[in-house]
Amino acid sequence: MKKEPIRLVLPASEETLRALRIGDEVLITGTVVTARDMAHKYMVEKKPDSLRDILTGGLIYHCGPIMVKEGDGWRIVSAGPTTSSREEPYQADVIETYRLAGVIGKGGMGEKTSAGLKKCGAVYFHAVGGAGTLLAKRVKKVREVRMLEEFGVPEAFWVLEVVDFPVVVTMDSVGGSLHREVLEASSIQRKELLGL
Amino acid sequence: MPGFVEWGLELVRRASSDLSPDVEAVVRRGRDAEPEGSTARNVLDSILENVEMSRADGTPICQDTGLTSFFVHLPKGYDAEAIRADLQEAIRQATKLGYLRPNSVHPITEKNTGDNVGVDLPHIEFEPAADDAVTIDLILKGGGSENCGAQYRLPDASIKAGRDLAGVERCVIDAVHKAQGQGCAPGILGICIGGDRAGSYMGAKKQLLRHLDDVNPDPKLAELEATLLSKCNQLGIGPMGFGGLTTLLGVKIGWMHRHPASFFVSIAYCCWADRRRRLVVRDGVAQVL
Ligand code: SF4
Repeated sequence: MKKEPIRLVLPASEETLRALRIGDEVLITGTVVTARDMAHKYMVEKKPDSLRDILTGGLIYHCGPIMVKEGDGWRIVSAGPTTSSREEPYQADVIETYRLAGVIGKGGMGEKTSAGLKKCGAVYFHAVGGAGTLLAKRVKKVREVRMLEEFGVPEAFWVLEVVDFPVVVTMDSVGGSLHREVLEASSIQRKELLGL
Repeated sequence: MPGFVEWGLELVRRASSDLSPDVEAVVRRGRDAEPEGSTARNVLDSILENVEMSRADGTPICQDTGLTSFFVHLPKGYDAEAIRADLQEAIRQATKLGYLRPNSVHPITEKNTGDNVGVDLPHIEFEPAADDAVTIDLILKGGGSENCGAQYRLPDASIKAGRDLAGVERCVIDAVHKAQGQGCAPGILGICIGGDRAGSYMGAKKQLLRHLDDVNPDPKLAELEATLLSKCNQLGIGPMGFGGLTTLLGVKIGWMHRHPASFFVSIAYCCWADRRRRLVVRDGVAQVL
């Protein structure tokens, strides 16, 4: 039986976000903003207020897309998630500063982020790693870009309007982590296979 | 007349946007094995849908088009340096056209060359060809999966691994467990037993050139490949590390002679987006396989 995915429209109420649980499959509609390593360092060190209009109530997406310039605008070609754990030192801080609904990435994050999600009622969503073309097609509009000159294409803040962007909740606001669960279960298997 | 710049460009385009059918077939088998309605199955469905879309549109399967490595077999009479320059030019053009993302960062200044050409980038190796055809194998290997590679030095008491195939087996299970879903599981392993540190890692990477449906000519290694595939899939890590039956798609093992004092086991982890293609040029006619 195929579970029907949950539709999430941003901005969403804290109650809606707090109701999401690990394992939920979700289709996101709304604004997401790409941010990778340089962007996270910048947000934590400078805390610029000028980013609030694009971030508050929205999602940060760990992604360095392939973009092609077309006339005055940009076309998004391929845009899957990048490894989230590199932002672990910054993420909880960024979520709280900008009151994010959460983040989208891949590979999951650690305990500090988990505590941040709990505190702010935010969620970690996992997109399918490598599904660059499929995910780019769910971006209906590239609204704008910030810090392009300073950071370059993969690291800039791309403000994207997405429709039915497919993700799975792998860390929720009650401290749940699918990554922790799978790690624990597979550790038991490893011990058995290795006879340790 | 087209030459190695044009052919190289087409090789990159195919590698980046058109997943090799042997990989796709194993993803499909994994998908069919996962229970209906499971997240694992849905993830593999998305992967297959993405593969089809990328092929139809000619767009990169994954936005991380990785680091580029060419392995060239060259008959007598060809100028290797000219081919090197042509392949570099092909990479520059491919980057401009969006087949590749600029992935060449200076480790000290942090500056990206912007065109995927730099020191040892693209990596190009030449070997003499067995016949009169030029063959060029290309791998695009993403950073997330490269980070999951590992090298063990046996014996390793922490995993009770001795200097034998049973020890090799333990290293591989341990490495796949450590990787979890981080390398965009389900993954493909290239493994090299023996060699020195550097050679062993490269030997492992070259195993990734083998097609998933080939059979290792050494029966002992063929058996180990099958055993490891089945055991690692018992770890339950599953697609993207969400849990499931499909943790690995394939295991390929090679070896090199070793120094009596060293016994290395090197593991190259490749994500499901195993982008490799081969260009064959015979009598001036080029074909991408
Ligand atoms: S590990 Fe592979 S599929 Fe995943 S993001 Fe990197 S290149 Fe893409």
